[in-house]
Amino acid sequence: MRYWDEHIECMERSTLQEIQFKRLVETVKRVYTSVPYYRKKMQERGIIPEDIKSLDDLKKLPFTTKQDLRDNYPYGLFAVPLSEIVRIHASSGTTGKPTVVGYTKHDIGIWSEVMARTLVAAGADKHSFVQIAYGYGLFTGGLGVHYGAERIGASVIPISSGNTRRQIQLMVDFGTTVLACTPSYALYLAETMEEMEIDKSQLKLKSGVFGAEPWSENMRKEIESKLNIKAYDIYGLSEIIGPGVSFECEYQCGMHINEDHFLPEIINPETGEVLGEGEYGELVFTTITKEGLPLIRYRTRDITALHYDRCKCGRTLVRMEKVIGRTDDMIIIRGVNVFPSQIESVLLEMGEVEPHYQLIVDRINNLDVLEVLVEVSERMFSDEVKKLEQLEKKITKAIEETLGISVKVRLVEPKTIERSEGKAKRVIDKRKI
Amino acid sequence: MFVKQISVFLENKSGRLAEVTGILGRHDIDISALSIADTTDFGILRLIVNKPDLALQVLKENGFTVSATDVIAIAVEDKPGGLAKVLEILYKKDIGIEYMYAFVGKLSDQALVILKVEKADEAIEVLKENNVKILPAEEVYAL
Ligand SMILES: [Zn+2]
Repeated sequence: MRYWDEHIECMERSTLQEIQFKRLVETVKRVYTSVPYYRKKMQERGIIPEDIKSLDDLKKLPFTTKQDLRDNYPYGLFAVPLSEIVRIHASSGTTGKPTVVGYTKHDIGIWSEVMARTLVAAGADKHSFVQIAYGYGLFTGGLGVHYGAERIGASVIPISSGNTRRQIQLMVDFGTTVLACTPSYALYLAETMEEMEIDKSQLKLKSGVFGAEPWSENMRKEIESKLNIKAYDIYGLSEIIGPGVSFECEYQCGMHINEDHFLPEIINPETGEVLGEGEYGELVFTTITKEGLPLIRYRTRDITALHYDRCKCGRTLVRMEKVIGRTDDMIIIRGVNVFPSQIESVLLEMGEVEPHYQLIVDRINNLDVLEVLVEVSERMFSDEVKKLEQLEKKITKAIEETLGISVKVRLVEPKTIERSEGKAKRVIDKRKI
Repeated sequence: MFVKQISVFLENKSGRLAEVTGILGRHDIDISALSIADTTDFGILRLIVNKPDLALQVLKENGFTVSATDVIAIAVEDKPGGLAKVLEILYKKDIGIEYMYAFVGKLSDQALVILKVEKADEAIEVLKENNVKILPAEEVYAL
């Protein structure tokens, strides 16, 4: 089984666009009539639903932000009577009020469907044993994958997160073939397996779907070799639906967006202008089938790029690159957008498992200057000056090639980069503008 | 035949060298030779001490990036041309020298030199063949 829904996943773009347009129009009508907040916002812009005459008119619509969800806490943006809502999920709300999302029965059906596509693309079928080690509860991870796995008829092991040793024992005993959890938990499971002296050959594990946090290609390689599986990246956010917004196929070349349900755009986070294919910017989604909480042009704050060329897997669904950063930690240096994660991936490629680095931005003689401090670990250290200087040059060159701007790399002693709450402060902006 | 040298990564800021020697002193570790190679941004401190394993451990514990490297300690005649003779032996065998530094001399008629070379095993052979005095580690640590 290669596709869950070949008809949609491999559809000609022109046909897909017709479907998208029809659904977009319906959604705009729905929010205009049933969500006072959207009606007011559209009226302020002088737009009525009839103004949406093509997909291109999407850009006339206002953006929705996380703050809008908070301002309308808890049910202000729901588009159906609360009696139709069959499920509530919420984000943790560490920085203020939680973000509440609601689903109708139909919405849960869509969610199951997109997660079914996700799991099938990762090699699952009705013969699979899917161990779901995402948390169950208000967090969308556990139940989202659960419904998808049920939809394809797999055997679900709803173990939720934690209880690591037991997870591993059950994985062996029950013959788990597909693991679903966060990538960092997958690595933790692998480490604990080593401690328990359980070899990966004792597992029937074939693949894993990992999401809910950013992870690097290096981490993928580590998970794949330690668990002897193929590791698939999945993407989602509760505001849009939860896991299942986009998924990787066996070619692992970006995540296919389920764009018959979620219409993606990439915008310039500063100006809001829509960007073209392959350009990096903020990912924005308009849900075009959701009933409970439809969102118009929801700004994810995730930075990525879209690619529309047909994938080797045969799917025509657009692919989004791995998220390279958040708009919150973007810095602009001489007009170029720079994300700490870009520097991090360069350092990871140099063979550093967990590089500690810091970016110092300053303005000297009206010119932005970026200095990259890199803590010298034992692995990088050499007793020869020339080798350290070569390392410094190698890092400089790699970063300059990635960012397209010149930087100054300085090697510093370990622990010199200030940690706050265990995390390093990645950017220090000294510019006085 | 090798002597264990401790190398420490140091940023060029004041007080770092004093900190290293302070830590070693508190652990009763004696320094018999020392050199610093530096650039504008950083330096590498190279040390020969009486307890290299302990030095490695305590410096690591104090958050320094440290490594241990095998080097060769030789004694050369303390007169003009003494060192040149040794270098020529290595040069003829095409053995490159990564770096070298002299000891805080203690033997009366001999100068002690630390060498880090590319092909260490071969270097030892050649030096022996040419009757260059190679100091055993225990002797060096005790200096
Ligand atoms: Zn594909």
